[in-house]
Amino acid sequence: MSRLPVQKTYKLYIGGEFPRSESGRTYEAQGANVARGSRKDVRDAVRAARAAFPKWAALTAYNRGQVVYRIAEMLEARRAEFAKLSTGAAEVERSIDRLVWYAGWADKLAQVLGSSNPVAGPYFNFTVPEPTGVVGIVAPEEPPLAGLVSRLAPAVIGGNAVVILASESSPLAAVELAEVLATSDVPGGVVNLVTGHREELAPILAGHMDVNAIDLAGADGQAEELERLAADNVKRVVHGARDDQSPWEIAAFLDLKTVWHPIGV
Amino acid sequence: MTELERTHDRAPVPASWDYAPAPEARDLVQLRERYGHFVGGEWLEPRETYTTIDPSSEEPLAEVGQATSEEVDLAVGAARDAFENGWSGLAPAERAKYLYRIARILQERSREFAVLESLNGGKPIRESRDVDLPLSAAHFFYYAGWADKLEYAFPNRKPRPVGVAGQIVPWNFPLLMLSWKIAPALATGNTVVLKPAETTPLSALLFADVLRQAELPPGVVNILTGDGRTGGALVKHPGVDKIAFTGSTEVGKSIQRELAGTGKRLTLELGGKAANIIFDDAALDQAVEGIVNGIYFNQGHVCCAGSRLLVQESIYEPLIGKLKRRLTTLRVGDPLDKNTDVGAINSQQQLDKIKELVASGEEEGAEIYQPPCRLPEKGYWFAPTVFTNVAQSYRIAQEEIFGPVLSVLTFRTPDEAVEKANNTPFGLSAGVWTEKGSRILAMAQQLRAGVIWANTFNRFDPASPFGGYKESGFGREGGRHGLEPYLDFE
Repeated sequence: MSRLPVQKTYKLYIGGEFPRSESGRTYEAQGANVARGSRKDVRDAVRAARAAFPKWAALTAYNRGQVVYRIAEMLEARRAEFAKLSTGAAEVERSIDRLVWYAGWADKLAQVLGSSNPVAGPYFNFTVPEPTGVVGIVAPEEPPLAGLVSRLAPAVIGGNAVVILASESSPLAAVELAEVLATSDVPGGVVNLVTGHREELAPILAGHMDVNAIDLAGADGQAEELERLAADNVKRVVHGARDDQSPWEIAAFLDLKTVWHPIGV
Repeated sequence: MTELERTHDRAPVPASWDYAPAPEARDLVQLRERYGHFVGGEWLEPRETYTTIDPSSEEPLAEVGQATSEEVDLAVGAARDAFENGWSGLAPAERAKYLYRIARILQERSREFAVLESLNGGKPIRESRDVDLPLSAAHFFYYAGWADKLEYAFPNRKPRPVGVAGQIVPWNFPLLMLSWKIAPALATGNTVVLKPAETTPLSALLFADVLRQAELPPGVVNILTGDGRTGGALVKHPGVDKIAFTGSTEVGKSIQRELAGTGKRLTLELGGKAANIIFDDAALDQAVEGIVNGIYFNQGHVCCAGSRLLVQESIYEPLIGKLKRRLTTLRVGDPLDKNTDVGAINSQQQLDKIKELVASGEEEGAEIYQPPCRLPEKGYWFAPTVFTNVAQSYRIAQEEIFGPVLSVLTFRTPDEAVEKANNTPFGLSAGVWTEKGSRILAMAQQLRAGVIWANTFNRFDPASPFGGYKESGFGREGGRHGLEPYLDFE
């Protein structure tokens, strides 16, 4: 007699936990029933991100770099599993390497993006990059894993907390990645992941007054509406690269702070 | 209050102290009766006009154009033409030389500009002469040097100009904001259509004469005057590649909405409600000067003004006592008088807004203090004002007043100060006063604002990036970072 496999229930990832959608609904994707997130789920996710943000932002850059590196370690161990949920081994390996690449940026950002400013007066003046706060990410539909990692890593490495709308058609890699995050060192709430219908959820995220920036990398056809909603609280609108890496992808999620102090005795 | 404090409870100068008038000569400024729009290096006869006035006397100064969408179209066309046929292809070192010329001419004609700025805007000549003009010239000088060094500012990124920049500037620092906008745009190889504020068009129009003297190629900078309708037409124009706006958060949001889906680049420098935080170990007399500079500089018409004073409870009484006494020495009056500290409110509309918010403060239960001062009968005036007993929920603690009105709140611990300072949708600037270095850095880290002044306030410099967090906008002006909004990268 052949053994009947135990199937996984795919849930949301909010505040470090795996709740079912408050809506009590699911939709079918990649042969599984996937949670169909609601307005309330998005709201809970934003709340969890806001709560996690100050501590995450206050970690030393070295520490944040190690936490993101740890994600790569965990992913490496589950390569085979992720290969089945994405376009294959190449995409998984690219995603792992990308996490390692971004991990190394944590403690170089301030040196590359910041400045010491020679003002015309007796003042010490410097500019440092700081995280923007809570970042909403409309993840690309494809590729399922590398697309997600390409948006998640630059936002998180700079100290932001994120709420991600996963690929609607290929969400399983995202939920699986949430399981990786939950067993790595990423504090609960730093990354929150909502699955469901993009058309319903993206406008809620883009219009949310406690989200500081929105990444529209995967907002095909919806971008204009989302950009308009983003104006309600002057969100930074980012059109990130779907499957690429660059320090400027990190910079897009940062604000610059300039500090002045008089020089004297 | 200590005995020492009490003996100094009177104003340090008698109430009847008289300064002899010290007016700056006005004849340096030769105004035309009527101005057109500066398009393609020539003056374009306006289709519609309005009268611009001196807000300190309500005296009409000149007729200026109210640009329509047809005129916007002509200006954008001239800018596009100049961009494609010369300016963007010019050797960067030559571009730099034009900017150096502009900087030098502004220095040479600085008093003329300062007088005009005070005349049309109501700001004290001491400020336009010592702040607006030197900084405007410095801005051009600073960005001139970047023009041929962009590849070092952005290594491996192959920077190239965006194209035609539409720039909309406010009335509080008309020429300085023009300089903040035009200098980086030209240094990076863009061309410009600039709209000065409705109430303060004259320094921008005089700036057109600087461009003539600098022999800047026609169409590289075009200047259209008008109200919000002109700005709206500029924002909507499909030939504009980038919008840079400084002004209210409300208008900024509407511009961001308008640009949704267009792919146009946007930077916004919007309102603020800065906390100025005074710890009990601060040098109080210096802090008082910083508070006064923070909120009464330019009549409080400053987006980064320190409009919320957060005082540690243990020094509340002596500090407020010193502040009130200091206010009695502020001289409110003729903007062109060299002794004037606080000039005229920029417009009737702004005066109405200030009065409305001040009335709301009194209604909500705050205690108002205004030093005795005689305000001129004609023109728009508002006495320096301090509100104590202010709750965080009051409108005067939440909304940007953009006038000489300070709201005082208190705190006990650094954490409470941070909590209160950050309790605003704005995030442009903040101030911290303490003698403890590590506390300055801790506060600087925790305050959610783009500019932190520690033991100083309202300092500006072309090398220093300026811009907001949260609803105070995005993008930076000044410094290397100020180049980025005007560049595309491969």
